[in-house]
Amino acid sequence: MRLNLVLAPALCLLAALAGCSRAPAPVNFVEQGKPEHLSEWHLLNVADGRLAPNAGVLPYDLVTPLFSDYAHKLRTVWMPKGVSAIYTADKAFDFPVGTVLTKTFYYPRAGGPDAVLETYDAEPGAPAAGLDLSRVHLVETRVLVRRADGWTVLPYVWNADQSEADLERTGDEKALTLVDAQGHGQKFTYVVPNENQCASCHVTNLKGGEFTPLGPKARNLNRTLAYADGPSNQIARWVKAGFLTGVPAGELPRAADWRDARQPLADRARSYLDVNCAHCHQAGGTASNTSLRLDSLGPTDWSLGLCKPSVAAGKGTGDRIHDIVPGKPDDSILPYRLASTEGGVMMPELGRSTVHQEGVQLIRDWIAAMPGHCQDTTPQKD
Amino acid sequence: MHSNRQPRLVPILAASALAALAAMGGCGKSSTDPNARVGDLPVDAAFAKKLQEKLLDAKPGSVIEIPAGHYHLDRGLSLRVNGVTIRGAGMEQTILSFRDQVAGPEGLLAQASDFTIEGLTIEDTKGDALKINSGENITIRGVRVRWTDGPKTTNGAYGLYPVKTKNVLIEDSQSFGAADAGIYVGQSKNVIVRGCRAEQNVAGIEIENTIDADVHDNVATGNTGGILVFNMPNLSQPGHSTRVFHNKVDANNLGNFGAKGTAVASVPAGSGVVINSNSLVEVFDNDVTANATANVIISSYFSTGYFNTRGVQPNYDPYPRGIHVHDNRFSGGGDSPDGMDLKVLKTAMFGLNGRFPDVLWDGYVDTARADVPEERICVDATASGVLNADGPHKYKDPKVVTDAVRCKLAPLSPVTLTPAGAASAATA
Repeated sequence: MRLNLVLAPALCLLAALAGCSRAPAPVNFVEQGKPEHLSEWHLLNVADGRLAPNAGVLPYDLVTPLFSDYAHKLRTVWMPKGVSAIYTADKAFDFPVGTVLTKTFYYPRAGGPDAVLETYDAEPGAPAAGLDLSRVHLVETRVLVRRADGWTVLPYVWNADQSEADLERTGDEKALTLVDAQGHGQKFTYVVPNENQCASCHVTNLKGGEFTPLGPKARNLNRTLAYADGPSNQIARWVKAGFLTGVPAGELPRAADWRDARQPLADRARSYLDVNCAHCHQAGGTASNTSLRLDSLGPTDWSLGLCKPSVAAGKGTGDRIHDIVPGKPDDSILPYRLASTEGGVMMPELGRSTVHQEGVQLIRDWIAAMPGHCQDTTPQKD
Repeated sequence: MHSNRQPRLVPILAASALAALAAMGGCGKSSTDPNARVGDLPVDAAFAKKLQEKLLDAKPGSVIEIPAGHYHLDRGLSLRVNGVTIRGAGMEQTILSFRDQVAGPEGLLAQASDFTIEGLTIEDTKGDALKINSGENITIRGVRVRWTDGPKTTNGAYGLYPVKTKNVLIEDSQSFGAADAGIYVGQSKNVIVRGCRAEQNVAGIEIENTIDADVHDNVATGNTGGILVFNMPNLSQPGHSTRVFHNKVDANNLGNFGAKGTAVASVPAGSGVVINSNSLVEVFDNDVTANATANVIISSYFSTGYFNTRGVQPNYDPYPRGIHVHDNRFSGGGDSPDGMDLKVLKTAMFGLNGRFPDVLWDGYVDTARADVPEERICVDATASGVLNADGPHKYKDPKVVTDAVRCKLAPLSPVTLTPAGAASAATA
């Protein structure tokens, strides 16, 4: 419980090595309580017109990310010296007490105070060199901290001049306009979740489940990132940084990149569903009452939605009978719900107010390419 | 052994019976005339924030009081702490409106044990009004949920919605306008629903894939189907052992407004008590009246039209087994069935002015186990008769089978809640 303060000198040294003109304070692992301001953590520094990870704070990215209204995300991981996460094959790594993860949601600006760009183009230098604050609109930073009693989540919302983010435990709403490549603007409400809503995705096990990070799994980290000192595989880099131990020799699991058309369609679709749906739709998950399993480890049968009649969809069926009808995306409930923004219809239930057009298209293409039908209705038991 | 029809908790039953009586008497506050809608009131953001903060900061034993008022919220509330009571000033006094909801499809989502909610109204949620996803010792008392525009397909699916729960008491509560089921208990164990009123929902009260449920002293009227006891495929458990008794199930003739593809969309308008693919269901001492398709329907999942071999788990049991309908008071009904097949069938067998007998059975039988006594369907003479509609052969050879189902089954045991429906902080 008292392990953070002794680390300060080591981190000062790191900061100095990183060549900071004035060494920022080292990362502060706040062992309890809920700091009101993001800056109290010293995870991300606002200086010289940039938002950048503090010394020793490692940026990371995912193979396939969760869709969040086209927001870009700057993710970081930090651990106290001398402790590291333990590798696990399928789940999020087993992180030690003291781990602090952050995820900053931002958009490239489109001109005008609340206009933001809908684009997949990465910001120059991101994530390793942080973000140019004149180019981006910061929305929120979520801090996930592993304390002695488990993970705590703290949602911070950025102020208008992007100098500080303040704790908003009950979440927030931001009116934004999303401007696409053709210049068309779409007004939407960006919703910052409250702490409980964070938990409704991050507590993946319905019965006595504990809060857990979702992104940092081996299969989703296993990719190259351009670090300040050159490109490296992220898992190798975590090991080198002392953040990860127990990595087995040989090939590690790797999720398909949902946007990489060279990879098999089914793998990309399953990877997309894994990240966007499976935090609830997994065995024992909060949506297990529906018996729909969308994690990439699940079987390819009725539990994936194949010919499966809906259970609790209500109007979410859109007058369709089955979750997935092979070959027929228009007859399938799954893409219908992904393509909706209406409460009670749209899936995922939380975390978006707009439609992920490219994601919907991927799922539609996947279903369209599936063989078979749902027409065998001969009772087996009669 | 005769089934125990005596109330286990006399004062509560007395109260619920009075509520039921008042409802049956059609006193003033009718559901068809809900309070005026909120209109364009601004969102009570400060109130919503404070309330959600209380839910975040709650500890076992916390009582969160919501004073009288008509509050306008635009984001769903959520609770994840055990042992909490949420208490309004009464369903007429404390009203949480979600008419302009932008997030969190439920009104309140609770993932907590030893949870009590009482004395308030939740209205116009985009999704389910009150969802309780897993947890033990759940009490919902004096809670009203409603959709103030009346029945609409775009209303939220479920009103009161405990799922994967254990030891559940829903009493003196009401649901109006749910696009699926008003009061719905799914994949749960040990459940009592009593003294409630369900009106203008697709399904009034629905017990689905649930083990040990008592549904009594409720009023279900003006729904598409009054009281449903279903087993759907692919779920965590098959349900059995539900007693439906001393309810008033009257004139559930509302046109089905459920979205196609939902289980309840298969329920014909004019259904009183519907048992689908469930086992060990005892229906007794009810007033079941004027349900225009049939006062009681006993059916198989095969009749819903949703069965297909690829999408349904192979071990799913689609047959109703051990169904006992006895000592009810029936009148009217069966005179104007919903759907062309049933209309034709009724007219062909009973004439233009005739009516179906009180019990309509689709006729699906697990032939391998047709002779197992405790798996029979038994209907006593308080019902006017039983029609086997011959569903397996597309209604080709329907026949009245009243005499063939004149049998008795052992009464089911009453449900006992442990602890007796009370949220107990001590267990948190």
